[in-house]
Amino acid sequence: MSIFASMIKKETLHLLRDFRTMTVVLIMPLVLLLLFGFAISTEVNNVNVVAVVERHTDDTRQILEKFRVNPYFTFKGIVPFNEVEPMLRAGKTDAALVLRYDDDRLLHQIIVDASNTNTAQTSTAYIESVLNGNTDMPIITNTLYNPQLKSAYNFVPGIMGMIFILICAMMTSVSIVSEKETGTMDLLLVSPVRPRTIILGKIVPYFLLSCIILTLMLLLSYTILGLPFSASVINVVWVTILYIALALSLGLLISTLVSNQVTALLVSGVLFMLPVIMLSGMMFPIENMPVLLQWFSCIIPARWYISAMRTLMIQQLSASYIITEITILAAMTMAVMILAIKKINTKN
Amino acid sequence: MKNDIAISVNGLTKRFGNFTAVDSISFEVRKGEIFGFLGANGAGKTTAMRMLCGLSYPTSGIGTVAGYDISRQAEQIKRHIGYMSQKFSLYEELTVSENLTLFATIYGMTDKAIKEKTAEVFRTLGMENMRDTLVKDIPTGWKQKLAFSAATMHTPEVVFLDEPTGGVDPVTRRKFWEMIYRASSEGMTIFVTTHYLDEAEYCNRISIMVDGRIKALDSPESLKKKYGAETMDEVFRIVARDAKRGDLKCLYSHQ
Repeated sequence: MSIFASMIKKETLHLLRDFRTMTVVLIMPLVLLLLFGFAISTEVNNVNVVAVVERHTDDTRQILEKFRVNPYFTFKGIVPFNEVEPMLRAGKTDAALVLRYDDDRLLHQIIVDASNTNTAQTSTAYIESVLNGNTDMPIITNTLYNPQLKSAYNFVPGIMGMIFILICAMMTSVSIVSEKETGTMDLLLVSPVRPRTIILGKIVPYFLLSCIILTLMLLLSYTILGLPFSASVINVVWVTILYIALALSLGLLISTLVSNQVTALLVSGVLFMLPVIMLSGMMFPIENMPVLLQWFSCIIPARWYISAMRTLMIQQLSASYIITEITILAAMTMAVMILAIKKINTKN
Repeated sequence: MKNDIAISVNGLTKRFGNFTAVDSISFEVRKGEIFGFLGANGAGKTTAMRMLCGLSYPTSGIGTVAGYDISRQAEQIKRHIGYMSQKFSLYEELTVSENLTLFATIYGMTDKAIKEKTAEVFRTLGMENMRDTLVKDIPTGWKQKLAFSAATMHTPEVVFLDEPTGGVDPVTRRKFWEMIYRASSEGMTIFVTTHYLDEAEYCNRISIMVDGRIKALDSPESLKKKYGAETMDEVFRIVARDAKRGDLKCLYSHQ
């Protein structure tokens, strides 16, 4: 067996025999996908609504009927105005719709419990859209790319951006640093094995593992989560491979900078995981951040990857729309890789 | 260079900034010799050894190991040496035989040679029943023997042992030295660092390093005679009297 093959075999056996880590690594992405896809939904259902009606007319009856039949609302009945606040306070209703007549014009007022801003905004928007049907100038909204506003597969790019940093950067750096700690790295360094063989022998198994996870995640997204299947899947795969390469280089770089596993974990955790979750646009829109954080988000690889994945997976656009993202990711990969290899090759 | 010299070092120096870890050391080790490299922690033993193994470049001075220049032919040296670190490092999640096969492959042995050699190692160590046991599950004493076997599988010309008996009980240490003698009788040169002074008696010749310099170098008997001492422990106390670096207490605590 060649030296390279035996190095890969060693690493793979180490990976496979660490059964717990293996299970976590394989199951976690799928669980995350399902959790974000189904359990954690940004849709707001079953908004409780009461109505205050000053004078019953055909118009008001028509409006109330719409709320009664709309699946997003639970209509709790008509109440006098002075009961609205106590009901909101007691949590018996989420919103109140006040219908008044000024001369002969029907006026609407929406009173909403904004203790949860997200729910408040969404339910206000729902109520407005129901009311819109009754005004003279209906607003036409076109929701492109995701016409049903389903959030099930909205999280797929974000989770992929997170998982690959986790597996590649964190696991590679921890595994290299643990060899430094146990002293086996010294054994390899005094042996005739070339440094690049040592590095490749470390990287290849994690690369293959990432590819397996990518396959599993895509399968799940295209079947259970119902992501529309199109030719863009090829672009998704190769852009992800570029991102995996970047994450692996980051892991390598970390492993050259720190000397124990705990630091490696902390560095990759704090330096990569948190920014990925908070600043990559995975959860919170970058456009809403303070300018300083917007700039900062530019150096986070996941920001560009997630943005590219949204374009490819959800908008189903061709690769020509993500040239900026690809260029930045490729440049980052090159820079980090060169830096890591340089760090490794310098011996005292 | 003479043919019976395994290691030759002249004026070897290593500086880290203003700190001179190894200060112009010179010595020669003959082929087949067991050479003890003594010194307190911080005296510069490990730094010197790392330069000989090609893990670190000397700031100045020259040296050869197995006939190859340590500054220019580090890759050649790596093929002709074996190395065992102080932690008996092997891959914990691999079995005993997987570890041996891995290191033999790394040193370029053929599959056939590996098969024969591993069988021999298991026979001499009496470890046949542990072949497929994970290394993390075998006792420390066995790990140490195994690490030594892994370092000598390819019959290197020089074997570097970095404190190979740390944290091992005296009986196991004695058995381990039998392995060292066997390797030496097969023609391998043994370069061993230790801070157990009783072990120094097992070496053909020893050097004592103090503050980056070699303060004494001879056979244990001659050293004892020279300093009028009964034991190596006394020799060491006299030689290392003026030491500024390192923790001598740690050295004596093992006595």
